[in-house]
Amino acid sequence: MLVDSILNHYPKEKDYVIEILLDVQKEKEDNFISQEEVKKIAYYLDTTESHVCSVLSFYTLLSTKPRGKNIIQVCKDVPCYVRDDFNLLKTVKDFLGVNFNETTTDRIFTLETTACIGCCDEAPVMRINDRVYKNLTKDKAIKILKEYRGNDY
Amino acid sequence: MAKVAKSLNEIKSFPKQTRIALRNCGLIDPSNIDEYIARDGYFALGDILKNKSPKDVVNEIKESGLRGRGGGGFPTGLKWELTAKEKSDRKYIICNADEGDPGAFMDRSILEGDPHSVLEAMAIAGYAIGANQGYVYVRIEYPRAIKRLKAAIKQAREYELLGENIFGSGFSFNIDLRLGAGAFVCGEETALIASIEGERGMSRNKPPYPAQKGLWGYPTCINNVETLANVSAIFNMGAKEFAKIGTENSKGTKVFALAGNINNIGLIEVPMGTTLREIVYDIGDGIDGGKAFKAVQTGGPSGGVITEEHLDTPIDYESLKEIGSMMGSGGMIILDEDDDMVKISKFYLDFTQDESCGKCTPCRIGTKRLYETLEKLIDMNGTPEDLEMLEYLAKSVQKTSLCGLGQSAPNPVLSTLKYFRDEYEAYANRTKRTAYFIEEDVCIGCTKCAQVCPVDCIEGEVKKPHVIDPEECIACGACYDVCPVDAILKP
Ligand SMILES: Cc1cc2nc3c(=O)[nH]c(=O)nc-3n(C[C@H](O)[C@H](O)[C@H](O)COP(=O)(O)O)c2cc1C
Ligand code: SF4
Ligand code: SF4
Ligand code: SF4
Ligand code: FES
Repeated sequence: MLVDSILNHYPKEKDYVIEILLDVQKEKEDNFISQEEVKKIAYYLDTTESHVCSVLSFYTLLSTKPRGKNIIQVCKDVPCYVRDDFNLLKTVKDFLGVNFNETTTDRIFTLETTACIGCCDEAPVMRINDRVYKNLTKDKAIKILKEYRGNDY
Repeated sequence: MAKVAKSLNEIKSFPKQTRIALRNCGLIDPSNIDEYIARDGYFALGDILKNKSPKDVVNEIKESGLRGRGGGGFPTGLKWELTAKEKSDRKYIICNADEGDPGAFMDRSILEGDPHSVLEAMAIAGYAIGANQGYVYVRIEYPRAIKRLKAAIKQAREYELLGENIFGSGFSFNIDLRLGAGAFVCGEETALIASIEGERGMSRNKPPYPAQKGLWGYPTCINNVETLANVSAIFNMGAKEFAKIGTENSKGTKVFALAGNINNIGLIEVPMGTTLREIVYDIGDGIDGGKAFKAVQTGGPSGGVITEEHLDTPIDYESLKEIGSMMGSGGMIILDEDDDMVKISKFYLDFTQDESCGKCTPCRIGTKRLYETLEKLIDMNGTPEDLEMLEYLAKSVQKTSLCGLGQSAPNPVLSTLKYFRDEYEAYANRTKRTAYFIEEDVCIGCTKCAQVCPVDCIEGEVKKPHVIDPEECIACGACYDVCPVDAILKP
């Protein structure tokens, strides 16, 4: 089981709960933590399920709902906004045909927004999984999305 | 499109800058400890462990006048002294690398460009306060910084600069990483501690301060990345030399991240006391696209705007507070004549209401109401009474919130209300147009505007009057420039 193999890397100390949750989520195709996994993590760390859930629900980068294979996060903070002359969020929304916090029907993308990720010197930016795409233009953004879509067919 | 300065050396006005915290960034290979050592790295730590008492270390930092660069400006030497004084067999030092202020990327650049400077300083601080364990709390949104830190810790252990009995001094010190998972409030020190403990990152009441009861109840000293990046430089240059730089009460330099509508976007490091005008025009090379300067937003969602009239203020912790803004962590967002201050405030409130940890009502509900009021104004549903209510509510959130997040969340609104009240009034009296607008009887239906609109928000048939959808218009002005008959009006 995926969770067990991840848990084995960690000491049985509850301060690792955030790292564990992040790790488990990252390894999963659908990018979320299930109730089943919460149970296992709580058991391993000798804490309550409600504690694990309370942490899980607090941090923005953790999800309790299944998401797409790729998580797109468009930066919505002021420095990106003042540098965005083509409306990045709308460009991505139109390309994917979903609103933010929604997943495409082929489950390849979930669209989210993010707070500033410290790349404002190369605004506007979006993050897809672990990669940040900077200095975006409309064409560049669409090209990147097409490449991700292409990789999955 | 503005050119982006890839390194500080590329910026032509480099002479106005003084590099202390950024002394190695861009000059050394951050993944190679030998290059750090070649530039006097770990020399200060070695010298301290051999020749100085913890008390000497504290005194030297006090003498340097170094103050916290994480926003609060608390004297670093005093913080170390307070933690050193506590009697406890366990203490901790934490490096706060949760940098989350929109527009701030100083700490990321230091961690990516010179991670050892932070590790060395943590060991020095550990020795000074009597801690043997340090944590770097770094947000997972900074994958490269995490990678560099992990590699740097590993190398420092291999060289026995971290670990047991460093330099044969009997002092042992280890550093581990802890990851933040996307909660801005975790930059607040008590929330950060809760997060490291594996809890929800919610702020706690102070006192007790972390120096007395911090991580797992033990005395803990929390310092910002940039604060720490100054430490070994202070020992290498001497506290007295360091204290010669800057102003009366703010010593040394400050790193600022220039973002927004300015030609030279990027990091700068200037002596405290430099004026905003020097930063914007000499170092930053003025406003992008030759537009007129409107304001600089400092301190991110906790700060405020600085306008033309205050451009000659020498920047330090006190002077910025006096003019209604704050130093914050060092993000500077430059706004030009086309930026809409009410919308900018709404962006900040959207940020803070989203990031509120929810523990106390004024912040949880208050920031939401502030946001909704701004939204109502922008949607042209507001009234002049809403402005009064906005001001009243902003002041009460400021006064009654538990932690710094809520206490400072209303600052962007209050400061823009003070300096740009006319823009709020235009919304409140519904005389404000936020989008470009086509005059029906002038338009000849040539379709040119529709072809250039980057967000496709202009509709109309050939030779019929065209219409702009005000909801979608981003006020880029592209249509205005191409219309052959000047049918388009600016907002
Ligand atoms: C909402 C909030 C967010 C904060 N975020 C950060 C941060 O990202 N980085 C930081 O160093 N300090 C941050 N601080 C300040 C810390 O609480 C703390 O004062 C600082 O880390 C102390 O280090 P220094 O004395 O070296 O500046 C934040 C404070 C508040 C109220
Ligand atoms: S002011 Fe806001 S962030 Fe701070 S404790 Fe209250 S609700 Fe939480
Ligand atoms: S100002 Fe820009 S976004 Fe608005 S209608 Fe004209 S071209 Fe389109
Ligand atoms: S460019 Fe001017 S004249 Fe032509 S369709 Fe647009 S508004 Fe009308
Ligand atoms: S505001 Fe978008 S990366 Fe900073």
